[in-house]
Amino acid sequence: MPDLTTPSPDMVEAGAPSPAIDREFTVGRRSQSSLVLRRFLQHRLAVVSLGVFLALVLISLLGEVLWQYTSTDITDDLSQGPSKRHPMGTDSTGHDLLGQVLAGTRISILVALLVAGLSTAFGTVFGALSGFYGGRTDAVMMRTVDLLLTVPSLAILLTLSTLLAGGGGDPVTIALILASLSWLGIARVIRGLFLSLREKEYVEAARCLGATDRRIIFRHLLPNAVGPIIVNATITVAFAILAETGLSYLGFGIKFPSTSLGLLISVGQSAASTRPWLFYFPGLVIILIALTINFVGDGMRDALDPQQRRVRA
Amino acid sequence: MYVYALRRLLISGPLLLISSMIVYTLVHFTGDPLRDLEGRNPPVPPEVLQERRRLLGLDKSLPEQYWNWLSGVVTGDFGPSVKGIDIGADLSTRLAVTLRMVVLAMILAVILAMVVGVLSAVKQYSPIDYTATLLGFLALSMPVFWLAALLKEFLAIELNQLVGRTVVYTVGDSTPNLTGSFFDKLPNQLGHLVLPTIALAAVSYAAWSRYQRSSMLDVLNSDYIRLARAKGLSRSRVLVRHALRCALIPITTVVALDVGAILGGAVITERVFAWHGMGEMLLSSVNDQDVNRLLAWLMVSALIVVVFNLIADLLYAFLDPRIRYA
Repeated sequence: MPDLTTPSPDMVEAGAPSPAIDREFTVGRRSQSSLVLRRFLQHRLAVVSLGVFLALVLISLLGEVLWQYTSTDITDDLSQGPSKRHPMGTDSTGHDLLGQVLAGTRISILVALLVAGLSTAFGTVFGALSGFYGGRTDAVMMRTVDLLLTVPSLAILLTLSTLLAGGGGDPVTIALILASLSWLGIARVIRGLFLSLREKEYVEAARCLGATDRRIIFRHLLPNAVGPIIVNATITVAFAILAETGLSYLGFGIKFPSTSLGLLISVGQSAASTRPWLFYFPGLVIILIALTINFVGDGMRDALDPQQRRVRA
Repeated sequence: MYVYALRRLLISGPLLLISSMIVYTLVHFTGDPLRDLEGRNPPVPPEVLQERRRLLGLDKSLPEQYWNWLSGVVTGDFGPSVKGIDIGADLSTRLAVTLRMVVLAMILAVILAMVVGVLSAVKQYSPIDYTATLLGFLALSMPVFWLAALLKEFLAIELNQLVGRTVVYTVGDSTPNLTGSFFDKLPNQLGHLVLPTIALAAVSYAAWSRYQRSSMLDVLNSDYIRLARAKGLSRSRVLVRHALRCALIPITTVVALDVGAILGGAVITERVFAWHGMGEMLLSSVNDQDVNRLLAWLMVSALIVVVFNLIADLLYAFLDPRIRYA
């Protein structure tokens, strides 16, 4: 998506005073995006969380370079606790858990980002069309969403997983399955927003100038909905990480030889009391990822949606 | 109020009907219930397959199958199961087991969310608020089964050792072959309920307390609360009588919307604690490609979701008079 929050150059020129005028003091002009950035940077927990999350992504991406064992390497050490050679221990076949966690993190984050991207794109367009056109179109589209919400999503996920992937499979299919249901929330939010945005004067002005519906939706309205979209996308990442974990735990998610954090925990769970490291390390990584993303989402909300922030109770 | 309630009730019927159509179509395309038979070696004679097909009604067209199925369901007959299970009877025992956990977890989560949400809104940016926020985020970021396993490892085993006998059970919904009256069974069942309920409630509680906090903050900042304080009402009276009622409206919707998610969470929780409830039924029917059992599961949970939404709508009207007369 192009950076829609900064005003386009021609708009700036029209509004800015000519530089020839001398002023006693100057006020630095700040664009919308730099204001947002400033507000986000003030939320210290969110900034730290973002740093930790990016570091995790980077480490997992470089995992194969940084660490000597990959997820499929089999070592001679069976069921060993954490040691210098295997910081997270090994499982009963001799897999190095750190190698597996690195690979699992990579896949889990990939799935989560895919789900967030796909469902945000689809949900936004769906909600935008529904809210913009209103009336009967809106009624039909929103009743569809309501209907999909009546069936517990886990059941649909399991059914889809059997249908599309024969009960679990590769990361991209799992991401598609998860995305197929997670767009409902964002669609509702954007629809509500568009219902009020479409009544604004600037929409009327744009229409008078001959702008097409498509131009109004994508160039005029969508930039005004960027805040909720980003916040929702962030939260969807956290949701998707946990949903993938649940699906893999039930045996309908990622399958070997591919691996994910969810799969690792579900394998380790049976050994939680005898070989606790198999269970705790992948779990802690998941919590770390989900927690940092939730904090980032919280910071984003404060930064992008300043009306929601209350200073005084 | 009654007109409103009746209207909401009337909408639920068609909603369920359409939802049943969608679900039926979806399941119809998911799998062939005879896949297992067809793939057998030595091959099953085609006549047998044909006979099974006829018995299960698979030789008819989709609308016809749907109609037959629906007319059966209305009279309580969920159709034949691939594994020869009486779906209706099986369903009702399992439903009782699962609802016990789900309803208890929801009550627990709602009460906790209300108390903590209101408290952290009233004492915004205090240590209480920060602690609640942090705990909420932590619960929100934890896989249900991870939390469940933690509870098993630490809470249950420690507690049982402390007391010297098993008070909190970690496996099953009740001890098998338990006999006696309802009250004889109660302590045992409660012992089995504790951990799953806590695990299931934790996640919902986390999300709901955040909602409760922000809606309470919204209300506390509104003009009518300032007016109520200005005209001399006590702080506690303003909080309870004026603010809380309004602040409960958003959370009612959220709770109703989350019922589906809780049922999903219950599937996972049941698996962790090896319960023989709805979750086990869902998993085994998906694994066995047992179409009618899966459909029965989906319809019952759709019914539960619709009923909860109905209750939420009615509560809504009770809390907010504007909705009643709209």
